[in-house]
Amino acid sequence: MTRARKAPRLDLDAVALDPRTRIVVCCGSGGVGKTTTAAAIALRAAEQGRKVVVLTIDPARRLAQSMGLSELDNTPREVSGVDTAKGGELHAMMLDMKRTFDEIVSAHSTPERAEQIFANPFYKSLSESFAGTQEYMAMEKLGQLRARDEWDLIVVDTPPSRSALDFLDAPQRLGRFLDGRMLRLLLAPARAGGRAYVRVVNASFSLFTRVITRIIDVDVLRDLSAFVGALETMFGGFRERAQKTYELLKTPGTAFLVVAAPEPDALREASYFVDRLSVESMPLAGLVLNRVRTSTAPALSAERADVAAEALADQGGHEVTEAILRVHADRALLAVHDRRMRDRFTSAHPKVPLVEVPALATDVHDLDGLRSVAEALAGI
Amino acid sequence: MSGSSAWPEARLHVVTGKGGTGKTTVAAALALALAAGGQRTLLVEVEGRQGIAQLFDSPPLPYEERRIAVAADGGEVRALAIDPEQALLEYLAMFYSLGRAGRALRRMGAIDFATTIAPGMRDVLLTGKIKETTTRTEKGRRVYDAVVVDAPPTGRITRFLNVTAEVAGLARVGPVKSQSDGVMAVLRSPQTAVHVVTLLEEMPVQETVDAVAELRRTGLPVGAVIVNMTRPPLLPEPALARAAAGEVDLGELRAGLASAGLAEGLAPALAREAVEHAERWELEDRNRAVLSRLGLPTYELPLLPDTVDLGGLYELADRLRDSALREPTASSA
Repeated sequence: MTRARKAPRLDLDAVALDPRTRIVVCCGSGGVGKTTTAAAIALRAAEQGRKVVVLTIDPARRLAQSMGLSELDNTPREVSGVDTAKGGELHAMMLDMKRTFDEIVSAHSTPERAEQIFANPFYKSLSESFAGTQEYMAMEKLGQLRARDEWDLIVVDTPPSRSALDFLDAPQRLGRFLDGRMLRLLLAPARAGGRAYVRVVNASFSLFTRVITRIIDVDVLRDLSAFVGALETMFGGFRERAQKTYELLKTPGTAFLVVAAPEPDALREASYFVDRLSVESMPLAGLVLNRVRTSTAPALSAERADVAAEALADQGGHEVTEAILRVHADRALLAVHDRRMRDRFTSAHPKVPLVEVPALATDVHDLDGLRSVAEALAGI
Repeated sequence: MSGSSAWPEARLHVVTGKGGTGKTTVAAALALALAAGGQRTLLVEVEGRQGIAQLFDSPPLPYEERRIAVAADGGEVRALAIDPEQALLEYLAMFYSLGRAGRALRRMGAIDFATTIAPGMRDVLLTGKIKETTTRTEKGRRVYDAVVVDAPPTGRITRFLNVTAEVAGLARVGPVKSQSDGVMAVLRSPQTAVHVVTLLEEMPVQETVDAVAELRRTGLPVGAVIVNMTRPPLLPEPALARAAAGEVDLGELRAGLASAGLAEGLAPALAREAVEHAERWELEDRNRAVLSRLGLPTYELPLLPDTVDLGGLYELADRLRDSALREPTASSA
């Protein structure tokens, strides 16, 4: 058997307790325990004396309740039950997409203009189902929290996108849209005043309107145009802020944690993300590998346990021991699988530090559960 | 003969589930199961992840329907990865005979706008294409006996399927309106069944319950709950119940180990594993009970010992044929 290369150990305490670390971003594909990881890191840093806020996107109901996040109110709330003996504090908030969007509109336009925007039929649809809205809003909220400078550490849980990369791509996509001619074309009718847009003499523009008015009717185009016009001023500032936050993420005060489970899909996403961060020179702290199944009796291999169970079955009389040996064989096989998954990742990314969190028998939904995850993360 | 199941009329099977529950695998197995016996099915991917290609160990799928597997007793599965940009150009060409204008639109960034930025536009295109493949005929015959969609996750599924209805609200008349009416007519009919894949863990079960409620509220037809990666309890009763309460007879275990020729010193560690196994089983059973309250046909698929490969897919497809796709018998009603 060839010995797999061993990954450097990710020392999360060294990352999250370092006063220079101001932002920790947890990213990874859906269903790998990102939210729990983010909450556990935040709790530990708070109990070790830092003033921490954790921004979660879509926590499990009971986990949210345990952190006092029973309602969506889009502002950080102090979490009770946290050990504050060392002078730390834990605040938590759940991102409310629509409300964040509303707040941006209100903050960057006059009240009358804001009213116009809220009343536009496109606004509701846009604020709720804008492709990537969660990513923009998470980025926006992160920028706001950082600007307030009230916390030593901000821990961010990224949206459960289909791809972990969406979070990084959102600001660029917005920039592409804002710099594009599309926006100007959509704005033209509003500027030219209602239906007058047909008179604008511009080859590509008339082609555009010809096409667009065949697809959607003129009233809709006017609504859309008025809406985009109303948003225009705000969008500019929005892009600037998104870009600033993006730059902030590149500074040494930020640590990216890639979260995965020992499954091919999750690790493939993790690999993409690791490569991407390195291309963008974003500071990667390491990989958190959740739900790793281990055996408490590693000395006994699955094969030997199976053989012994067979022997007992032949002999008869030790049914329970036989069954327990099969439980062990099953578990030992899964442990081998998970180890192989981990080793495969490490051979592709030998320098990426890694920490494993063993699979828990039950789900995490209270602070004690988070503490035990945090201890596993800290290597205690 | 297709459609012998709890949803006799369903031809469009939409498979959703929380991330990590294996919905792509289940969708692929369902497409294989539905193709058995000389049928032709189409397996559709909408999220640009190339998950189907990876599962079938094939090169990345182009925007083109091509055969990806042969099913038991004849029959074939074709696969299609819908690319929203291509779908938009196709859509424009189909409805507006645009030709070169499409390319001009792309240069202007309109295509990019429509497929990535515009509210819901991407999903309108994806569901439009899904409807087209489901209803397509050739020489008076359906091209596909069934279409299976590896759909967005539970958190987004209702909005995804309902998007054309929302857009229709924005466009009161015109081609967008008539197109969306056609899509919703299919999605809300008994031709469609939305299946939710889950694991017996708290979060996926909670999301399943939420998604089913939301789908029902929206009038979308819910098909089945498919519980993936299940494991049978390995301990016999009453040892299972006792272990769940934290009790294992260590003396008996030591004696058993000795008679199997193993070190008795392993007993405490093995006992702990037995307890955790039983606890997990109990937790899973509680989650089963939550799912059963949904009042939906529920089918379980076993956890395969290794990463799912083509052989594993056929095995899961067989399981689905024996459970989900069997004619409901009088006794089970």
